[in-house]
Order: sequence, then C-alpha cells, then structure tokens
Amino acid sequence: MKKDPQLIDEQPVLILKEIYKSFDDDQVLAGIGFEILDREILALLGPSGCGKSTLLSIIAGIEPPDQGKIYWHGSQVDNIPPHRRGFGLMFQDYMLFPHMNVYENVAFGLQMSGIDRNVIQSRVLETLELVGLVGFGERDVNSLSGGEQQRVALARSLAPRPGLLMLDEPLASIDRTLRERLMVDLRRILRQLEQTAIYVTHDQEEAFALADRVVVMRQGKVEQIGRPEDIYRKPASIFVARFLGMTNLIKGVGIIDGDQNIIETSLGRFPTSKSIEGPAAVLIRPESAALNSQIGIQLQGKMVEKTFRGNLCQATISIDGSTFVFNFLSNSELPDAGEDIQLSLDPIEGIVVFQPDVDDLSSILN
Amino acid sequence: MFRSNLKKVTLLVAVCLFFSACNAGNDQGTAVQTSAQASPKEAPTLTVMTHDSFSISEQVMNAFTEASGIEVRFLKSGDTGTAVNKAVLAKDKPLADVFYGVDNTFLSRALEEGIFETYKSPLLTDIPDHFELDPQNGALPVDFGDVCLNFDKAYFAENNLPPPQNLEDLLQPQYKGLLVVENPATSSPGLAFLLATIGHFGESGYLDYWQGLVENNLLVVNDWEVAYNQEFSRAGGTRPIVVSYGSSPPFEVIFSETPIDEPPTEAVVSDGACFRQIEFVGILNGTQNRDLAEEWIDFMLSPTFQEDIPLQMFVFPVNKNTKLDETFEEYLAVPENPAFVNPEDISSKRETWIRDWTEVVLR
Amino acid sequence: MRSIIRNFRIQGSYRQAIAYAVLWSAPLIFLSIFYFYPLGSIIKTSFERADAGFASSFFEALRSESVREILWFTIWQAALSTLLTLAIGLPGAYLLARYEFRGKTLLRALSGVAFVLPTLVVAAAFYALLGPQGWINLVAMRIFGLSAAPIHLTNTIYAILLAHIFYNTTIVLRMVGDFWSHIDPHLNQAARTLGANRLESFRKITLPLIGPAIISAALLIFIFSFTSFGVILILGGPRFATLEVEIYFQTISLFNLPLAAALSLIQLGCTLAMTIIYTRLSNRLTRPLKLQASRISQKRLTTWKSRIFAGVIIFILLTLLVAPLLALLTRSFVRLEPGRGQRVTESPGLTLDFYRELSINRRSSLFYVPPTTAIGISLGYAFTTVILALAIGLPAAWALARHSDRSLNKFLDPVLMLPLGTSAVTLGLGFIIALNRPPLDLRASPILVPIAHTLVAFPFVVRSLTPSLRSIQPRLRHAAAMLGASPAYVFQRVDLPLIGRALLVAAIFAFTISLGEFGATALISRPEYPTIPLMIYRFISQPGSINYGQALALSSILMLVTAAGLVAIERFRIADVGEF
Repeated sequence: MKKDPQLIDEQPVLILKEIYKSFDDDQVLAGIGFEILDREILALLGPSGCGKSTLLSIIAGIEPPDQGKIYWHGSQVDNIPPHRRGFGLMFQDYMLFPHMNVYENVAFGLQMSGIDRNVIQSRVLETLELVGLVGFGERDVNSLSGGEQQRVALARSLAPRPGLLMLDEPLASIDRTLRERLMVDLRRILRQLEQTAIYVTHDQEEAFALADRVVVMRQGKVEQIGRPEDIYRKPASIFVARFLGMTNLIKGVGIIDGDQNIIETSLGRFPTSKSIEGPAAVLIRPESAALNSQIGIQLQGKMVEKTFRGNLCQATISIDGSTFVFNFLSNSELPDAGEDIQLSLDPIEGIVVFQPDVDDLSSILN
Repeated sequence: MFRSNLKKVTLLVAVCLFFSACNAGNDQGTAVQTSAQASPKEAPTLTVMTHDSFSISEQVMNAFTEASGIEVRFLKSGDTGTAVNKAVLAKDKPLADVFYGVDNTFLSRALEEGIFETYKSPLLTDIPDHFELDPQNGALPVDFGDVCLNFDKAYFAENNLPPPQNLEDLLQPQYKGLLVVENPATSSPGLAFLLATIGHFGESGYLDYWQGLVENNLLVVNDWEVAYNQEFSRAGGTRPIVVSYGSSPPFEVIFSETPIDEPPTEAVVSDGACFRQIEFVGILNGTQNRDLAEEWIDFMLSPTFQEDIPLQMFVFPVNKNTKLDETFEEYLAVPENPAFVNPEDISSKRETWIRDWTEVVLR
Repeated sequence: MRSIIRNFRIQGSYRQAIAYAVLWSAPLIFLSIFYFYPLGSIIKTSFERADAGFASSFFEALRSESVREILWFTIWQAALSTLLTLAIGLPGAYLLARYEFRGKTLLRALSGVAFVLPTLVVAAAFYALLGPQGWINLVAMRIFGLSAAPIHLTNTIYAILLAHIFYNTTIVLRMVGDFWSHIDPHLNQAARTLGANRLESFRKITLPLIGPAIISAALLIFIFSFTSFGVILILGGPRFATLEVEIYFQTISLFNLPLAAALSLIQLGCTLAMTIIYTRLSNRLTRPLKLQASRISQKRLTTWKSRIFAGVIIFILLTLLVAPLLALLTRSFVRLEPGRGQRVTESPGLTLDFYRELSINRRSSLFYVPPTTAIGISLGYAFTTVILALAIGLPAAWALARHSDRSLNKFLDPVLMLPLGTSAVTLGLGFIIALNRPPLDLRASPILVPIAHTLVAFPFVVRSLTPSLRSIQPRLRHAAAMLGASPAYVFQRVDLPLIGRALLVAAIFAFTISLGEFGATALISRPEYPTIPLMIYRFISQPGSINYGQALALSSILMLVTAAGLVAIERFRIADVGEF
C-alpha cells in the first residue's frame, strides 16, 4: 500500500489564493496561498500563533476569510457553509461530543449525510477497527484515555470519508512515548485510505514523518513549500533553518570574485552559487563536520561538552570564541571536554548561504 | 489568583455585615423614637395588632405615651382579612393585647371565634348607636368609610352628559360602557359595593340589577388600585365611573400634585347607593395587659385620636365630638342613608352571594 | 494486606457518609424549622377545623368542577408561559453566551430589574405602554385613524402571558446563558464539519448539552407561573384564577381553611410531580463537560449576519423588558396630564415633586420611613438573604451533585423545590401557629423576613449551582487530590473557580428575589422596617395623584437600586472558569 509520489495526480484539488484574515487589529493571515494535490498529505508547519489553526478554520468554512479565494476541484467554495463542503476537521482537543458514546460520536457525520442505518453501522465498525478501537462502541467518551480519545476523534472525522481531512495538532496533547506510536498508526491509516489531508503541527519531526510536502508558515505567510528532504536540505530562510533546529549560524560578507561567488567568514571562505554582495549569513549543518579528514575547510576548536544521544553524539564545540553544535556518529572517537579538536567542513554540501535581512543579522550572535 | 478571590469574598461578607449592622442600628433607632417620651424606667408595653393600612401621626402617639406612660408596639399583619385570620389562628396564644381593624364584613368571623373580651368603654356614649354592631361590646367602632360610586366630573362636562344620581341610573343606555367595579371576591370595596346592591335591591333583586349592568357593558377588575389608578378616566383610562370611597374626592384635593380648588371627582351618595364599612377595635382574649388595653381603646375613641384618623387612614371618625379638617367639611359627601346588611348575614351568605354574582357577571 | 485495603475502603465510605450527613444538616434543619414545621402546623390546624374530617375536604376540592377548571387553567397557563419565555429567552441566552458586545452587562442587569418589581407597578407600566391610553394604542389610533384603542390587554390571557414573560425571561438569560457560555463552541464547529447544518448542530449538540440548564430554568418558570398570584389578579382580571388565587380567596375571604389546606396540598403535589419529572430528566441529561472560560468562547459581532441577529434579539428584549421600565421611569418625572377639557390649574411638564415628596412626612405619620432608610432596610434584608441562601444552598447543591449515587438524594432533591410551590398566605399563617414558643417565638421578629426570602431563594440557589457542580469532571478533582491537595484545598482551587459564575448567578437570584418579594413580606414585616415594595404598595393604595406619583418614584428608585446592585455583583465575580 505504500504510495509512490510519482503516482500522485499532478492536478491540484485544493487551491488557496491570497487569503487574508484579521481579528480586531491583529493580522493573522497575510495573503497566504498554496495548492494541495490529490491524495497528498500536506503538513502546515509553523510556530504557535503563525495562523495555522485559523487557516484550517477558513478552509473548513467555520471562519470567513477577509480576502482571498478557495477552490476545491476547480470551483470556488468560499460561500459554501461548512456542513456542505464535505471536509473533515479533527480538532486539537478532539471535541468529542460528551453526551454521546463512542459509536454515536463516530456515526454522527454519517447520520448527517442521511445514509442508510445498516451502512452507517458497518462503516462505523469498519472505521473503529481501522483506528484500533474494536469493541469500544458502547464506551462513554468521558472515560477514555487521551490516546483513545484521539483515535475516536480520528475515526469520527474519517467515517464520512471526507474529500479533504484536516488535522489540527492531533498529537499535541499526547505524551511523548505514545506519540511515536500514534504517529506511525496515523500515517498508516492515512496512506491506507489514500486520504488527501492537511496536517497542522508545530513539530518538524511529525511534519517530516507524515507529510508528502511541507508548508512552513511564518506570521500568516508561506515561508517555504517543498518535500521534507528538500526543506531540510535547502531551508529557504534563516527562520526555516532555525525552526528546524539548526543553530550554527555565522555572519559573513559576500564577494563576487570574477565568476566566483564567495562568502567570507571568521571560519574561512565558502564558495556559493548565490551571488551576494555585502552582508551574508552561513548555516553550518550539524552533521557536516568530519574528524580526521584533510578535505574541505580545516577548523581548530575546543570541546565544550558532549552529549550521548543513542546512535548520535552531540558535541558543543567552541571555535574562535563562537559556539557550534555538531552531530557525530556515536562510535566516533571524540576528545573529552576541554580538549582540542580538529574538524573539517564540507564547504559545498555542509553549508547553506542566506542573504539575511536586518532582523536576521542582529539575531546572529556568531 | 485565589488570594484576590479571598479578598473579594471577605469584602462581600464585610459589606453584608455592615448592612445587617445598619439594620440593627435602625432597630434601636425606631425603638428609641417611639418611646422617646416614655419614662426611662421599664415602661409597660402594649402590643396592638392591626392591618397594613393603619397609621397614626407622631404627635398623637406621643400624646398618648406621655399621658399614660405606656409604650405601644404595633404589629401589622397584612390586609384586613389576613390580619383577622391571623388573630383567629393565634387566639390560644394571642400575638397582641389589642386588635384594631376588623370591619363589618369580617366582624362575625371574629365574634364567632370569640377572639375579643368584652369592654364597655365610657366613650361609647359619644358614638352614635348605629355604629355599634356588637351588642356584647367585644368589638367597639372606631371609624367608618363609605364605598360609593365616584365619577370624573370633566368627562361628563365635556360630553354634556348628566352624571348618574343613583344606582338605577347606571342601567340607562347613556351610561353604557362607563362603569368599572372591583371583584367582590378579591377586593374589599368590591365586596362593599356588592353589599350595597344587596342592601338596596334586596336578595331577590340584586342579581337582576347586576345582569343589567353586564348588559350595559360593565368592566370588572380585581383591585381598587387597577380600577382607580388605571381604568378610571381621570387616571388616563376609559371609564369615567368607578367604585371607590366617599372620601376619595377630598383626598384628590389634599393629595394633588399642584394645589387645586375643587375636586376633579364627585361621589354619588343618594339613599342606598353606598355601603358603609365600619372598623372596630377590641381587647384580645387572654391578654395579660387588660388595664393598658382599656386605656388604649379609650384613647382610640377619644377626639385626640379620632381627629387624626382621616389624614392617616382615609376613613372617618365615629365620635360625634370630633372636629374635621375644613377640606372635609367642604368636599366630603356623607350618605345619609347608606345601604345596610346585617354582619351575620354577610358572614353566612358571603360565599353564596359571591358565587351567584360570579355566575351572573363573569360567566 | 487485602484486609487493610478493605478496612480503608470501609473507612472511606464511612467518612463519605459523614460528609454527606454534614452537608445536608444545615439545609434540612433550616427547612424543617422554617418550612415543614409551620406548613405542617397550619395544615393540621386547618383539617382539625373540618367538620367531616380530613378526607372530606379533599373530596370537596376534587369533586368541585370549579376547582378542576382552576387546576386546568393553572397548568396550561404555566406551561404556555414557560414555553413562550423559553422561546424569547433562548435566543437572548445565546447572544449573551456567545458574543461580547458593549452594554452587555447593562442588558443583563436590566433584565434582572424586571424580576423585582411589584405586580401593581408592572401593571402600571403595562398600562402606560399598552393600556387604552397607552402610547402604543395612541400611536396606532393616530396612524390608522381609529376611534377606539385596537389593543385590549386588560383582563386577557395575553396580559398574563406577557407579564410572565416579562418577569421570567431573566431566569433563562442567566441560568441558560451562563451555562451556555461555558460550552466550547468548537463542539458545534466539529458538528458543522461533519455535515450538520446550523439547526442540526443546535439540535443534536447544543441542546443536549445545555439541556440541564434549560430544564432547570423551565422548572423554575413553570412553578413561578403555576403559583402566580399578583399577575393573575391584577392583569388577568376576575375571569382568571390560579390555585394560588383560589387558596387566598378560600383562606381570607371565606375562611374555609380545610378546603384551602386541601388546595394547598394539591398545589404542592403538582410542584412535587413537576420536580420529580425534572429530576429524572436532569439526571439523564447531565454529563461531565469540559467547561470553557467564557472569554474564550465569546466573540465580537463582526459579520453583518451576527449584527442583524444581535440587533433583532436586543430589540425584542428591550421592547419586552426595558420599554415598560422606561415608561415607568419617565412617568415618575411627569406631572399627570389633565384629562380632556379638565379645568384645573395643573399643567403637564417635568417635575421632581414625587421624589421630593418622598422625603417629606407630610402626614407626620409614626410609620413614615424616609426612602434612604427603606433602601437600607431592603438592602440589609437582601444581603442577609444572599448569605443565608448561599450558606444553606451550597451544601445542599453539593450533596446533590457530589453524592449523586445516594438514594436519599432522589427523595430530597424534589423536596427542596417545595417552598416555591407553597402559597405565601398558607405559610404566613403557618408561621403564626408554629413559631409561637420560645426560643422560636419569632412571630413578630424582623428576622422572619430574610428567612422567608431565603425559603423562596433557596430553590433558585440549588438549581443554579447543581448543573455546574455536576459538570465538573471528577478527573479534575482526582488530579488535584493526587497532587496532595486536601478536600478543602481542592474546593478552593478547583471547584470554586469552576462554579464561580454559577455562584454569582445564585447570589443574584437571592438578591433580586429578596429585593422584590412582596407576598410573604407583607404578611410578616414590622411596620418600622418596611421594604421598598411594601412602601410602594402603601402609596399606590391611597387616592390622590401625588401618592400615585410617589409610588412610581419609589418604583424607579427600586429599579435603580436593583440595577446598581446587579452591576455591582457582576463586577464582583468571584472567579471565572479557567482563571486559575
């Protein structure tokens, strides 16, 4: 059942164009727009307050946008009320109906579409089985554990077979150990149903693990769209890099030297394809440093701290008074804290170069 | 967070305690006020149970307290009927020494239940005999009021219509839709007016009369307040004839918003058109303060108290030596021959009369 | 090991039983002394007076066709009043629950003002608006060129219904509105995304969730209308009578105490039956809810649709609840218009005379009380009532909600509502008979007034508190307990903030009930301590326009005092959900 990205119909099913939304004087969405393809899982990734949940409400039809258009299968749906859009929305804190049992919760959407009672029953049982809740039908939703409630909520939003399923931080209130498992289950279920879905999260791991493509949002706008590996490899901005947990940033100056673009930094000169003249920033990937290698830029530093992280070892290393974090394989022979360390950097694959704006520049400490 | 809540709660409780303290303060305040002139030593206390229309002016009260050294405490117990019922129900362990306010429509009930002790006050000689309805002198007359038709003078002047002169006039077509009366089941003047028609037309004739009134489009409401303050044309309503009191016209002069020289209304006081309500006072059976009670009753029948009655209670003194305020001399029309119904009949037939009346007028 | 656990369990349940008994003790002692004992005494005395014994009075009552008619009328007018009040009140409750707008507190306070006004004053207000010379009729006559007033309200069932709606809408606004505001709107959005339209989402999600609050409100409105007295007498006119009116007539006018007692018991039986139905429904409907802070669930009126909706609802509420009040208020500043062609020196115009006159003891009456003192007395009684009613209402509500598995609750719950279904005159006479021995010789004590008010307020307090108390998820309390919190601390930190709003509603009901109560107060108050409604009655029952004007002026003062009190209590909110 594994889905091959090549098979995805390249025709977009949902198109968002220039969506604006303000509450009072607070602009939450500032002209956001993107497309989602059929059977695709799209993750909306961003820090809290970036407008992800508001965008879901607008797509679902719960909130009207101030401006902008939404197309579903080519026709505009802005004026269609939520119950006729045929979309599903799974809320962050599930919003299970407290006066109904598990079965009634899951059956709710089916009953609304006026399906035959027997069909409803088989569909509910089928969906409960899908989410691993066989035999839970008669249970009171108030007595369920957090993970079980999450599954009921998923089953409820899946049961009517929505054309588009939106999940708003579905794992946010689940504890860490359970989250891993539920994430795997969730991916399996969504793939199995070939469900077109928008998955909202502030956790990059979830986004990368689940989504075909990721939309990184910042202050109501799209910061970057792309496949998880592309975004990880080529973060479009310092914001994205930081949000993905990459912190090794240094200031530099861009020089165009004939047909060669070079960024000059305190660590050395980095060649780049971007033609930047003036202030620049260089991100050094945490996995890009090598021990005992003569290839690339040679760096001399001091080990500050090392932390064992399973198959990886995270090393905090001070170079020229600046602090960097690098990951090494656990079996690497690393010097102890306080000792000197010799590193080499891949100047091409190991870095990303940005043309920073003023805010970015002032926030880069190194 | 909770700390600030706690503060709020404490404040709320403090405010409540403050108000209850004020209340307690008031308590003492009025007690001092009523007994201000009493002797500083233990003043004997007399309790008087009465209805909620009872009132007395401060000077008259002080006059009694000063002269007798008795401190009087008043217990108001609802309207006349409720007060009488309370007195009856508490007769084994009376709430008070004296009961004032039973009228001739409730008199029999009080007498049958035996709540009063006989007391032949020397002042009875000053009271005309026709007020004394209790031959045993358990209940002594204090005041009277006549329930009569009142009409809005302006309405009749404006419409060039002669005002009605007697009960029979109301059956004429020219007075169609002009009358509002009160329900005898719920209103004291309503019952009084029903009794007037019974006294005037007799038990055999009164229902026919009422049938005539119904055909002449009479309006019945439950309370005097609604009839007089809302439906009466003088108050902005549509009915220029209302069942009220003979004393209402002079009170319109006394309690008008701006001084007026002539009452805007007038009472119809022809023979048999009014019913006289007489209020009585009596010593409650089982009192421990018989002497004080006698002293108080004598005071109520004396001119000092009797002269105070009209402005305080809107009824009139029975003591013939009483001098009335000149407004009353000028505008009060007292019927010479009000309709009369025996109190025992009122007590025994009240239910039947009201039921029959309801049958004819309201069905 | 096992025996230790068992021992512990037994101890636990033993402790629970003690807690349960302690909770019930205060309310039950209070009710026994001030309700059941007087009521039992008067009923016993009444039947002792029956010649043919206890049963004959019942037969007399049940055989009588007029009693059956009265009973039928009492029931259907109460049912109709309840339905209409809900129909008017629920959209208003929704507005107050879901939207934040300017003037909201004022709207809520004004709706509460209606609750306290004496019937005679409300009648005056309705006449000013809808009477034969009321301005609606005058306008209609002018517009359509009619010679007679088109609207006849006097002595009609419509007047009764209108008055019941006028009085009781605030119950819906407060009880349902406040509960509703704590229901997460995301639940409805969830239903909408699952294909439910607005109506379905309301019917299937909102209605069942706010159900307990709705039936609580409905029960109170039904019992209020069922035992309606003043409204029926004054606005309904002589053709309408409820059981309460008939009890009064039989007691006071005819002194037929056995029949009155039989009717009282029938009325109590109906109240009890209604309450039992209510309890059944309520137990079935109540679910633990995640209560949301109202400020999270409320939004502003931004879309034109919501603005129109709010406009229409506010307009209806204002017309129904505020216009009569305004009519009163203006009338208290206006000199009486001279009648047609009246030859008097008065001229219409604005005046403060009525207010000025209030502070003058023109007749130098011994019983004169200046208006400020009356306000103080009324407020004193009201605050005492709030404290008393909460002191006995909270433990009772607590026992009902927390120990819901106790079978005794099934019996006690309906019993708590009985004071509301008891005729004031019956209970007032009961006080006279029962409380006649020291230390309880309270027959003439001013403390009887707040006690009587507490009896009326008590059911309101319990009804306002139980839905919220029941809705607190036990898990929340367990969580707190697991963190080492003592029960008292759990109450302070978990329960109190969660029921803060409900506590406020309860306090407001107790406050307004006390400020406006007339029937019982008139029977037991001392002349030196009149409440404002008593003074209003004093003025309105005396002839002369200055007396009528003073009654209106005092009514306006009562409205003002009430509104100010309500706004103050609202400001005083002990806590809102989610503030911790």
